[in-house]
Amino acid sequence: MLDTSEGYVTEDGRQIGGVLMEMRDITLKFGGVTAINDISFDIREGEIRAIIGPNGAGKSSMLNIISGFYTPTIGELWYKGAKRPPMKPFEVARMGVARTFQNIALFEGMSVLDNVMTGRLTHMKAGVFSQALWWGKARDEEIANREKVEKVIDFLEIQNIRKTPVGRLPYGLKKRVELARALAAEPSILLLDEPMAGMNVEEKEDMSRFILDVNDEFGTTIALIEHDMGVVMDLSDRVVVMDYGKKIGDGTPDEVRGNQDVIDAYLGVSH
Amino acid sequence: MLYRTAGQFKTSYEADQALFPVKQDAFLLGIIMLFALVIFPLTASEFAFQTMLIPVMIYALAALGLNILTGFAGQLSLGTGAFMGVGAYACYKMVTLMPWMNPIVAILLSGFFSAGVGVMFGIPSLRIKGFYLAIATLAAQFFLVWLFEKWAWLYNYNASGAIQVPNLDIFGVYVTGPQADSMVQYYVVLGIVALMTMLCINLTRGTLGRTWKATRDMDIAAELIGINLMKSKLTAFAISSYIVGVAGALYVFMWKGAAEPNLFDIPLSFQVLFIAIIGGLGSVLGNYLGAILIVGLPVVLNLLPGALGLSISSAMVEHLNIMIVGSLIVFFLIVEPHGLNQLWRLIREKLIIWPFPH
Ligand SMILES: Nc1ncnc2c1ncn2[C@@H]1O[C@H](COP(=O)(O)OP(=O)(O)O)[C@@H](O)[C@H]1O
Ligand SMILES: [Mg+2]
Repeated sequence: MLDTSEGYVTEDGRQIGGVLMEMRDITLKFGGVTAINDISFDIREGEIRAIIGPNGAGKSSMLNIISGFYTPTIGELWYKGAKRPPMKPFEVARMGVARTFQNIALFEGMSVLDNVMTGRLTHMKAGVFSQALWWGKARDEEIANREKVEKVIDFLEIQNIRKTPVGRLPYGLKKRVELARALAAEPSILLLDEPMAGMNVEEKEDMSRFILDVNDEFGTTIALIEHDMGVVMDLSDRVVVMDYGKKIGDGTPDEVRGNQDVIDAYLGVSH
Repeated sequence: MLYRTAGQFKTSYEADQALFPVKQDAFLLGIIMLFALVIFPLTASEFAFQTMLIPVMIYALAALGLNILTGFAGQLSLGTGAFMGVGAYACYKMVTLMPWMNPIVAILLSGFFSAGVGVMFGIPSLRIKGFYLAIATLAAQFFLVWLFEKWAWLYNYNASGAIQVPNLDIFGVYVTGPQADSMVQYYVVLGIVALMTMLCINLTRGTLGRTWKATRDMDIAAELIGINLMKSKLTAFAISSYIVGVAGALYVFMWKGAAEPNLFDIPLSFQVLFIAIIGGLGSVLGNYLGAILIVGLPVVLNLLPGALGLSISSAMVEHLNIMIVGSLIVFFLIVEPHGLNQLWRLIREKLIIWPFPH
């Protein structure tokens, strides 16, 4: 397996840094169901890390642990060199973890612009009185953050639907708006839960390009879940393979592809 | 052509965030302000002040307060009447304990009491949602009205159990009590309601507004993108209850002149809720439209038969009113859940492209 202890250089020549987040011996149980069974892996600075595996393998549960939505039954999560204490999801978000969801979770009653602006909420600190008067800090923040949001909107090419209520958008665009909302937070790590599920080929290509561009332009660390092996092989630097809550593979796409356990899991040969 | 926006380009985000990005809106508001500030007060009869102008403002404010909580933050409340009561009783205690106090200051301060009580009864919203929360606020409604009855200190041990608004002046001009002039009271109400509306417009279009709407639309996602749900819900309860409390103080001090505990009972809660629903949940303007309709309807129903030479008993008018309001509620819930505000927006959109629909 690739030795990653000191960071590494990818095939396409990007320098990957030290460990940003590390899962140590994570187990997650729901009553009798063991969704995640003693899994360890790390995510490195600047890397695109994929988590793959069949349905029900525990991938979303892993992202939910990283988001602070689930607390692991056993195990530790290390982030930026420190063990993370138990935290509420909103506190995790404020530490620079942003995400999208397997089932789109946009705010349906708001416009695209307002949805993306909610991604900036963790950066906005003006008090109630300043907001009520629309004066001073609140007004300055509103303008400064609007500029940032417009950059994200340009980046993801959704300028022309800026003022559209998200409820009216087609599925593929909703996925993109959700990415915009997460990006607007300027996260240290971006978690994407099946960003391409349900998309047609063209939409998948667009989304792949955006993911690569985000990583390239902002150096954002990305952890993504994806079903489509082909997409994963193209996008990711390293891959964790899960099956029935266990880790059955971890390494570069090539290494993983040659792993017999992984081939079996994907072909459904043996469990 | 009336609402032509072509040629009005935004050159900065600041301009795009202005209150009236379309000039015609500012113009329309100017006309409304002219009527509200000059034409109505100069031409209105005592009857018009008492049956329309003053109550429309006060009900609109109460509905605005409820709308913050229910329409923007998505937390249903059935206790608005009781929270208005908290504001009214707080105001009454302040001006009777400290008769030197400026009555407008007292009205504005009374909102803080209802805000405190509102936050207390808002705590269950951290655990329960929807129907169950509505029932919890209904419990608050019953409890508070019971308290208004049983806690004699609140009404200064009056034998009648009611509170009477005293004559209070500012620089020699009476603004509350039997001696106050309706026009003066109207201006005080207008000033306070306009101020509150401004503050609410700002709150709902900024950070807090987005926090509330996110909480309303999908609370789990809201929390995962960094929103502290507890803070979001409790600020909504606090600010909503503040406004509702001020509306309650105005309701008694600027309009009713006296109040018994049952004035704040469930019918008042529902009346305000109906205004918010018919006007449009999640809107500011809608509360005014809803209040005009709900307050104006019985007035029109009372006057219309006479004008047409018919004679209809007042009981019949009452029944007609209930039937029409009931049908409107059903109509709006089914056909246009965003209420009159949405109808206005559709008309406005049509006017913007009129007369060239493409
Ligand atoms: N909140 C929950 N309560 C009970 N079981 C759950 C919960 N979330 C996930 N699971 C179970 O954990 C397992 C892994 O689910 P999930 O993480 O969604 O898989 P994946 O995303 O890989 O398809 C499944 O068996 C699922 O039923
Ligand atoms: Mg999943």
